[in-house]
Amino acid sequence: MSDQPATNGALVRVEGVEKVFHRGTEDIHVLANLNLQVPAGEFLALMGPSGSGKSTLLNLIGGLDRPTKGRVSVAGDHIEKLSDHQLAAWRARHIGFVFQLYNLIPVLTAERNVELPLLLTHLTKAERRKHVETALAMVGLTHRAQHYPRTLSGGEQQRVGIARGIVTDPTLLLCDEPTGDLDRKSGDEILNLLQALNREHGKTIIMVTHDPHASARASRTVYLNKGELTNTPLA
Amino acid sequence: MKFFHLIRGNLLRHKLRTSLTLLSILVAFVLFGFLCAVKQALVGGVALAGADRLIVRHKVSIIQMLPESYQARMERIPGVAAAAHQTWFGGIYQDPKNFFMQCPVVPEQFMAMFPEFILPADQMTAWLATRTGAIVGRNTAERFQWKIGDKIPIMSPIWLRKPWEFDLVGIFDGKEKGTDTTSFYFRYDYFDEARQAQNWGQGQVGWFTIKVDDPAQAAAVAQAVDREFENSPAETKTEPEGAFAQAFVNQIGNIAFIIAGILSAVFFTILLVTGSTMSQAVRERIGELGVLKAIGFTNRQVLGLVLAESCLLTVAGGGLGLALAWLLTARGDPTGGMMPMFFFPVRDILIGFALSVALGVITGILPAQQAMRLRVADALRRM
Ligand SMILES: Nc1ncnc2c1ncn2[C@@H]1O[C@H](COP(=O)(O)OP(=O)(O)OP(=O)(O)O)[C@@H](O)[C@H]1O
Ligand SMILES: [Mg+2]
Repeated sequence: MSDQPATNGALVRVEGVEKVFHRGTEDIHVLANLNLQVPAGEFLALMGPSGSGKSTLLNLIGGLDRPTKGRVSVAGDHIEKLSDHQLAAWRARHIGFVFQLYNLIPVLTAERNVELPLLLTHLTKAERRKHVETALAMVGLTHRAQHYPRTLSGGEQQRVGIARGIVTDPTLLLCDEPTGDLDRKSGDEILNLLQALNREHGKTIIMVTHDPHASARASRTVYLNKGELTNTPLA
Repeated sequence: MKFFHLIRGNLLRHKLRTSLTLLSILVAFVLFGFLCAVKQALVGGVALAGADRLIVRHKVSIIQMLPESYQARMERIPGVAAAAHQTWFGGIYQDPKNFFMQCPVVPEQFMAMFPEFILPADQMTAWLATRTGAIVGRNTAERFQWKIGDKIPIMSPIWLRKPWEFDLVGIFDGKEKGTDTTSFYFRYDYFDEARQAQNWGQGQVGWFTIKVDDPAQAAAVAQAVDREFENSPAETKTEPEGAFAQAFVNQIGNIAFIIAGILSAVFFTILLVTGSTMSQAVRERIGELGVLKAIGFTNRQVLGLVLAESCLLTVAGGGLGLALAWLLTARGDPTGGMMPMFFFPVRDILIGFALSVALGVITGILPAQQAMRLRVADALRRM
């Protein structure tokens, strides 16, 4: 990439980003002139009231959506410059997603769900199997490999979701309320896992959450309110 | 195929819905196979008829006979390579519904004229040595479980009005799959002598087949033959063998047109059934498609997944249907003699297979495009 190193130590750079949705004739201004830098190796928690645009921001960083204005770069790649086709390949290489509702494919077993992102790589079948085994072992679900999602508990499903998110060893792991649908105990297990991934494996993680208990595990917390980011919660 | 598990899983998601769709596709293709076999039975004779053969019949109608002595005169006409005659015997074996054609013929002439009938040399020798000898096609021999050496009694309501008894000396096969092997042939010399007893019809034959030197000259030769017998008590009408069979088919109606009509209606219905299954399959899965795209599946890959799913469905249903149709038609003529060339031609099986692929693409393309155009962020909100 010609404009590297765009980072000055920051892996993710969000600069002057504005996001406007159009619903019918109505314009919904969600983000306005927003700036954010996330250094490599950080575990960032993103908090804010419902509807404040947390998921919208996460989608922009993950290349699922494009900003109305401003620039988003991850590891030096300016994602607003990529075509839809390039962006899909870019996501496969750089981003792992973990969703609130796990979003597993119900007709595939745990191991085949985890394998999905690897199908987009050039790995052989044997290599894919090794990666899947490693990822499932990291989330402690080796013994559930052959299970279908509906036979797993919520916490187990989310661990499969995390295994799927990390199996390609992505640059960045994006989690949208990963504990939002779990009880405290399962939620803690997930947070332990994310923390371990961050501390022991150096994964950069951005996690949206409503739960102060969850954000406490992060190395930094930022708050989104009325389209702006602050370092302290509004009273 | 790395994505096989995903495609199969999606198809098996609603087992009942998939089975019903599969079943309706299967039924449509069985029907397709059957109608192809019917069409083959009715028009197959036209296509197989030798391009170098002409049929000479009485100008007034096929049931009027011609003098056997015409043969020598025909063979003298320039462009005629050979001639052979046949006569309608119209006999009944045991029961009128056991229909098959019998004709008295001159063995060497006849076998030379119709090389599509394969008769082992020793059986030919036996036929030439046995005055009451007869040969029959494989199809009819198997139908009545006749063996060489059997005595075959055939009642003729036309000739002598009594049972004739023949010695079966040979069983012939067809050179090609469509060759008619239902007919029964016996010796003209035996026939002509025997019918002297009723003092009617001696020296008369039903029709002639002539072989021309050059198929391109067939029309000119036909005219020359008809001119030769002009103003005689028995004028002739000479036509290519194909036209003779075609005239028969035309009487039944434009079969191909009717069959095409039925099949269009069936396939239009299948199009709607499969199309609705596929669009439902995509609609209920929008969120999952969003997940695949988030993971990094490109729009084209998502399009391919949906198309592969619809094609797998139609090719599985179509393939099973074609196989079943083939099994059902492999037993041959269901009418017991009326449609000797009833079979499902390989060419039509291939057309059917191509049709099943086309059906998959046509029914899958709209839902697949819908899946392709989904915007990830919107799709994920619908999980
Ligand atoms: N695709 C879209 N089309 C129209 N409006 C949208 C779209 N996506 C988000 N919005 C709107 O943008 C605003 C922010 O939505 P977003 O999902 O980012 O909020 P959030 O902070 O994640 O909320 P929550 O905590 O409830 O998940 C909301 O008002 C939402 O209705
Ligand atoms: Mg949200």
